[in-house]
Amino acid sequence: MQHGTSQTSAERDEAFEARLNRVSFIVLVAFFVVAPLQPFVDIYPVFLMKALCFGLFACAFNLLIGFGGLLSFGHAMFLGMAGYVSAYTAKSWGFTPEIAILAGTAAATLLGIPTGLLAIRRQGIYFAMITLALAQMVFFFCVQAPFTGGEDGIQGVPRGKLFGLLDLAPTMRMYFFVLAIFLAGFLLIYRIIHSPFGQVLKAIRENEPRAISLGYRTERYKLMAFVLSAALAGLAGATKALVFQLASLTDVHWTMSGEVVLMTLLGGLGTIFGPVIGALVLASMEFYLAEIGSWVTIVQGVIFVVCVLAFRRGILGELEAWLRRRPRKAPPAAR
Amino acid sequence: MDTIFGVPTGALFGQLLIGLINGSFYALLSLGLAVIFGLLNIINFTHGAQYMLGAFCAYFLLNKFGLSYWWALVVAPIAVGASGVIIEKLFIAQLYKLDHLYGLLLTFGLALIIQGVFRHEFGSTGLPYAMPGELTGGYSLGFMFLPMYRAWVILASVVICVGTWFVIERTRLGAYLRAATENPALVQAFGINVPRMITLTYGFGVALAGLAGVFAAPIYQVSPLMGADLIIVVFAVVVIGGMGSIMGSIVTGFGVGVIEGLTKVFFPEASNTVIFVIMAIVLMIRPQGLFGQR
Repeated sequence: MQHGTSQTSAERDEAFEARLNRVSFIVLVAFFVVAPLQPFVDIYPVFLMKALCFGLFACAFNLLIGFGGLLSFGHAMFLGMAGYVSAYTAKSWGFTPEIAILAGTAAATLLGIPTGLLAIRRQGIYFAMITLALAQMVFFFCVQAPFTGGEDGIQGVPRGKLFGLLDLAPTMRMYFFVLAIFLAGFLLIYRIIHSPFGQVLKAIRENEPRAISLGYRTERYKLMAFVLSAALAGLAGATKALVFQLASLTDVHWTMSGEVVLMTLLGGLGTIFGPVIGALVLASMEFYLAEIGSWVTIVQGVIFVVCVLAFRRGILGELEAWLRRRPRKAPPAAR
Repeated sequence: MDTIFGVPTGALFGQLLIGLINGSFYALLSLGLAVIFGLLNIINFTHGAQYMLGAFCAYFLLNKFGLSYWWALVVAPIAVGASGVIIEKLFIAQLYKLDHLYGLLLTFGLALIIQGVFRHEFGSTGLPYAMPGELTGGYSLGFMFLPMYRAWVILASVVICVGTWFVIERTRLGAYLRAATENPALVQAFGINVPRMITLTYGFGVALAGLAGVFAAPIYQVSPLMGADLIIVVFAVVVIGGMGSIMGSIVTGFGVGVIEGLTKVFFPEASNTVIFVIMAIVLMIRPQGLFGQR
């Protein structure tokens, strides 16, 4: 009897979550389609594109921490390296935007394999320190390597013609191209999380020895998650470089790795939509509070501290908890 | 002029000396991290900011209060340590029941705040700190020139590191500390105030960072971000050594500093990255670190 009720409540939970996800997804798409077109509030499409790139970046990061339990403190290396490769191939080799973005993503994926292999040899705090150190190594590489342009970065990157046909220079065209990339990446992450692979990942996060004893080769799963996360972070970075027509050291620096942690933490670790919300908040902070200059870092630090001390579920996590606590419309019979 | 492996001996020993100096800072900082990690189980990301605080403390003492370097050596670590005690009481103490990663995130946030406030006040450019008069000049050793201040920093760091090792490994107080690392509940049952011990340990580890900051002030410029990149290198040092033993973090700190110095002579392009490469190699061969236990 007890078993029966617990199962139905689990089923109800699952149905509730599926419904919540569907509604959230529709709201998300509607927001990003309507926001740049509506005439009431001035929302710059460039700002929204930044938010979309950061959102995809944060979702990729969240795949690793939220579902694999691995805190990477070096994800900027994938964002930045992919940005450099896509900017370089678009500018110097004349790649069309889709090929340049693919090249950037491939570079991040290739970088993810050795760094992932090294990092997953340790767990927890060590994993964070190792990824941070490896990212710093990549940063120094980018400072010295000739193709990155050092302190200047790669400037004036052409957005090019999509498939050689559609000129992406007009902002709104670029915007919907970026939105399409974001949605594709987002849906892929959603699919990964809800696949058998994602379930094993969650099992490893909850109890790795147990997952091993069940016969899963957890190292492989963790590496796979790491490389996928790197690739998707690279997709975000490659797109971002074309949006801003710039690849610079900012995107490889450890502050960027910190920012993506903050976006995800603020939006809600391990939630599906939280990182996007966190990215929106952080991007608007940087975009609209630019005049407060050096205060941005301080504000970010304060958000970190507040989130860790009082607000660990993040914006979306708290919202979800609140929705769950609320009495449902048609409460099922007590038994 | 004599050469070794085609390199002038003067240059070789000069870089070796710089390596030992950097090694002193790596050792002092990773020692503090190891002491804190042992008892608190958190990695103190604020460590770099606290090192910067030590240097600024020395700067203020000299320029606002006219207190010399020697006063700074005593006052700055105490001040930074005291601020650490407050941070532990106010913030870190709330996290012990949670995943250790939250400690990392919290201290990262605190580092952003501290560094952000100082950068807002003082900009990113460095402030010069005068070399103490007693330690200017140097000795000519025949094959190289040894600046007195650098010799002092290396010597003092070695003494402090060995002293810390002695206190932790060879005294009764250290025995309590090690016992509390193994099993805090049991130590508490013996009537020892473990929470207070944890607070003081954090204060001590942070004071070491403050002291390193005072040592650094006359060599490097005093600047708000002086500890920001350094802490990442120190993290790599910690991964190389593993945090199993106190002596391990000291030896690794100095050793890595020397290797970095030698790289500057033989392969200057890699001098920024050599520590991270060593870390990668160690991870491949001995993932728990040179001195770490599984």
